[in-house]
Amino acid sequence: MPLIQEIDYGTPASASEKTVRLVIDGASVEVPEGTSIMRASMEAGIAIPKLCATDMVDAFGSCRLCLVEIEGRNGTPSSCTTPVAEGMVVHTQTGRLKDIRRGVMELYISDHPLDCLTCAANGDCELQDMAGAVGLREVRYGQDGDNHVKARQNGEANPRYLPKDESNPYFTYDPSKCIVCSRCVRACEEVQGTFALTIEGRGFDSRVSPGMHESFLASECVSCGACVQACPTATLTEKSVIEIGQPEHSVVTTCAYCGVGCSFKAEMRGQEVVRMVPWKDGKANRGHSCVKGRFAWGYATHKDRILNPMVREKITDPWREVGWDEAFAHVAKEFRRLQFQYGKGAIGGITSSRCTNEETFLVQKLVRAGFGNNNVDTCARVCHSPTGYGLGKAFGTSAGTQDFDSVEHTDVVILIGANPTDGHPVFASRLKKRLRQGAKLIVIDPRRIDLVRSAHIEASHHLPLKPGTNVAVLTALAHVIVTEDLFDEAFIRERCDWSEFEDWASFVADPANSPEATEAFTGVPASELRGAARLYARGGNGAIYYGLGVTEHSQGSTTVMAIANLAMATGNIGRPGVGVNPLRGQNNVQGACDMGSFPHELPGYRHISGSDVRDVFEKLWGVELNPEPGLRIPNMLDAAVDGSFRGIYIQGEDILQSDPDTKHVKAGLEAMECVVVHDLFLNETANCAHVFLPGSTFLEKDGTFTNAERRINRVRKVMTPKNGLSDWEVTLKLAQAMGLGWSYDHPSQIMDEIALTTPSFASVSYKLLEEKGSVQWPCNEARPEGTPVMHLDGFVRGRGKFIRTEYVATDERTGPRFPLLLTTGRILSQYNVGAQTRRTENVAWHAEDLLEIHPHDAEQRGIRDGDLVKLASRSGETALRAKITERVAPGVVYTTFHHPGTQANVITTDFTDWATNCPEYKVTAVQVSPSNGPTVWQEEYEAQAAQSRRIAAEEALEPAE
Amino acid sequence: MERRQDDAAIASRTQAIVARLKPLEGPLLPILHDIQSEFGHVPQASLPVIAQELNLSRAEVHGVVSFYHDFREAPAGRHVIRLCRSEACQSMGGDALADRLLGLLGLDWHETSADGAVTVEPIYCLGLCATAPAAMLDGELIGRIDQETVADLARAVRA
Repeated sequence: MPLIQEIDYGTPASASEKTVRLVIDGASVEVPEGTSIMRASMEAGIAIPKLCATDMVDAFGSCRLCLVEIEGRNGTPSSCTTPVAEGMVVHTQTGRLKDIRRGVMELYISDHPLDCLTCAANGDCELQDMAGAVGLREVRYGQDGDNHVKARQNGEANPRYLPKDESNPYFTYDPSKCIVCSRCVRACEEVQGTFALTIEGRGFDSRVSPGMHESFLASECVSCGACVQACPTATLTEKSVIEIGQPEHSVVTTCAYCGVGCSFKAEMRGQEVVRMVPWKDGKANRGHSCVKGRFAWGYATHKDRILNPMVREKITDPWREVGWDEAFAHVAKEFRRLQFQYGKGAIGGITSSRCTNEETFLVQKLVRAGFGNNNVDTCARVCHSPTGYGLGKAFGTSAGTQDFDSVEHTDVVILIGANPTDGHPVFASRLKKRLRQGAKLIVIDPRRIDLVRSAHIEASHHLPLKPGTNVAVLTALAHVIVTEDLFDEAFIRERCDWSEFEDWASFVADPANSPEATEAFTGVPASELRGAARLYARGGNGAIYYGLGVTEHSQGSTTVMAIANLAMATGNIGRPGVGVNPLRGQNNVQGACDMGSFPHELPGYRHISGSDVRDVFEKLWGVELNPEPGLRIPNMLDAAVDGSFRGIYIQGEDILQSDPDTKHVKAGLEAMECVVVHDLFLNETANCAHVFLPGSTFLEKDGTFTNAERRINRVRKVMTPKNGLSDWEVTLKLAQAMGLGWSYDHPSQIMDEIALTTPSFASVSYKLLEEKGSVQWPCNEARPEGTPVMHLDGFVRGRGKFIRTEYVATDERTGPRFPLLLTTGRILSQYNVGAQTRRTENVAWHAEDLLEIHPHDAEQRGIRDGDLVKLASRSGETALRAKITERVAPGVVYTTFHHPGTQANVITTDFTDWATNCPEYKVTAVQVSPSNGPTVWQEEYEAQAAQSRRIAAEEALEPAE
Repeated sequence: MERRQDDAAIASRTQAIVARLKPLEGPLLPILHDIQSEFGHVPQASLPVIAQELNLSRAEVHGVVSFYHDFREAPAGRHVIRLCRSEACQSMGGDALADRLLGLLGLDWHETSADGAVTVEPIYCLGLCATAPAAMLDGELIGRIDQETVADLARAVRA
């Protein structure tokens, strides 16, 4: 497989539908109006020399290499900035142009180092390519005059020389190699939207400057890598390329971090990843990336990875390394023993939102067909289960309605309980781009997240609600829309049930739901809320994007339904630019839900009680399926404590760290007799495990991930699994050890089985994915190419359903002992429980969890910035450092849950969503006080974890004490 | 500690200037001019404040400030002499006059004398090509300078 070379067209594509015909170097070319001559020419296969142009950013016209001659026009205009015109006759190579280009190159090279052979960009340098293309043979100006290349000249320090900046853990900035093309600056502005870079000075003194002449790490830079990708020289270079050299082949695959599901080229040198480069044809990311996907893949080869299966009798014993066969035999024997002793329902499984669709499908199949019960659940339980429930009720499908491209047609965005610049950075960049073009933004969030106001972005309305009052705020928005006659009657009559709407309208119109009435407990000023409602209802295409701040509440499902109500009432469903879009947390949480990971649903969200659905699987699998829904994660843990649930197979999820009320989770796991953890690392859950099956990374397997826009993306194996087996093979062999006659040679066969049994996946196959790159489900006979926007002509369930959304305050209340509200979230550089990102250089940005607290609350408690504080709730207490900031309102504190040392979930309670048991992570009453050390829980936990991670073989090597 | 207080004072004075000029269309340059006249230079500590208030990045403000040689990073001397170094003035003997002036002041370009009396700067065209060579003392234009005028200038700023 060769290195994939993507064509750089020089300038972005034009969206115009009108085409223009012109002649370039004798060839007739037809392109959309507004296309640059450079792009038109490249589309015809004629490459015009260029340095400052690249198709990820707008034309700039500074390098003067891309000049052309146009018949009937004077001079030599730059082809990147000149749009095509009907009948134009362009010459890209003439004697005059050749002379100009050579002259320009001579000037560039006169101030550029000539260490090409030892340069990291050797083999991937556009400057070198252009020198070749224009036939540069001599540099009349030499390099002995003014330059910014040499550190010392004529025995003196050269004041123009700047040393290399190596502060960023992943790439270096070498000013001596810079040709000041501004591509990095423009990429940072136009693609990423951070504006962290500028050109400082002028003329010969011009240099790229992060922030105010700061280092990259100290500047506003978020390390997305767009600048590195844009750089045509070795000025900005991945450190991995400097260390390893140029890649020799590449494979397109999908990032295994958040639910955006970015496509990357894994550029390889043998079995070693040299770098991950965002793929421009990736329809979710369109060639952009964030610090995690682009750079934070080092965990795949981290020394902490466990590569051999391990077994132990008791969780207090050290681990004993065993062979795969022994491990499978042991698990099979134990699981069968537990079922014999305690009943069929005594064991269960948890599928992973980080594994592939195929792997998830196998785990639920193992539980249903092998264990003979439906005790299967997934981590979506603790994040987006209310999305599934709420959208299923309202629209008939449990997924977002749009593709990410839809944001390019949006006029008003409501963002609720999501922080995309940290959680879904690539989507955030696409949203910011649209906002800079003039779209309006409404943020509903207790915190002043970056999108409320940051360079060139300002929300029209920020509704800083009290945590836990989502439903009241959304119903108040609906109140304004209904009482001020802002709803779309035609849409509702056509698409929904008018009498249901009337019922709902009479409910929301109740004065008790007015913004003025709810202001007292939501904390949202009524006038702001009214303004927001009017803007959303009347501002053009209105789209709602939301995250876990919506779902992880005791009324999570109600909030999702309230969101659906708003979209239907304003007619914002069923075309590009509108819709309801859950931002999914994990790479394959959508897929895990689609694949039947819930105890009550078979793949494709079909209830297990339906005999016709069961029939399809029973026939294919040759077993009888249990029609009763199984246990959810919290129920499994409760049952474990009660003694009826004894064994569990957990694939790729760290429930001890990620699930709420850590102490309860621990008690449940400790009560079981056979906990099987299948993971990359000895995670926190593994501390309570009896069997450890080493997992494989996304680089080591074939499969598919489904992202937040229902897009099925291929994951491709680029290296041999270090542990010997891909995750699907582990589940397969475990099933075989339990006596199931499964045989799969490749995940494509598993996908075929999914397509065969699941109507919304009916036409999906690896062949189709190879052809199309990706498809969005539903993909079946009716929609053979997939479905970018759902509910185009009508709702999947028939008519959209309006549902009353009564606000019921959570039982978790603040009081004198716990006067503050804690809400949790994540940060850009870390991901989820941090198992992966903590094992990369990303810790440079976020080495520990911090508690954000308002200056007022901090002062009252005598807390200074950086102090160690104790955070206590009714569930437990932990200690961490305080960060004083006005991002949180008085009365609200915020932290992340990336580090096991902090264990923020010791604090969270076991209150859950009424419909789906999704935990109420986002609201916990707490108290904060100064502290002088870790809490007793943290110390005990740390000691126990260390004890539990011992591996027998390693111990024997250590000298006796 | 003192440094932090200085920065806080700079920030609050900057804020006042920004608040006054923010309604202008394209307020950044007018703000920078007022800041320079307020502090005698554009203090680094005022840049993040401007960025925050105008909703720009620090990098952007830095890019603008560093683009214009007129904006100083540090305060100038009590007097500022600017000597035109453009083509017309050079062709009228500007080089020799420049050497002489620097010699008399004992300074190189962009330097300020140790007693803080004077800063000398090159400038590229004062628009007085017809009366070259030209100079500027504390904002006042002087045409047709010669060796004598240069000596007068050096004397005047030392007084």
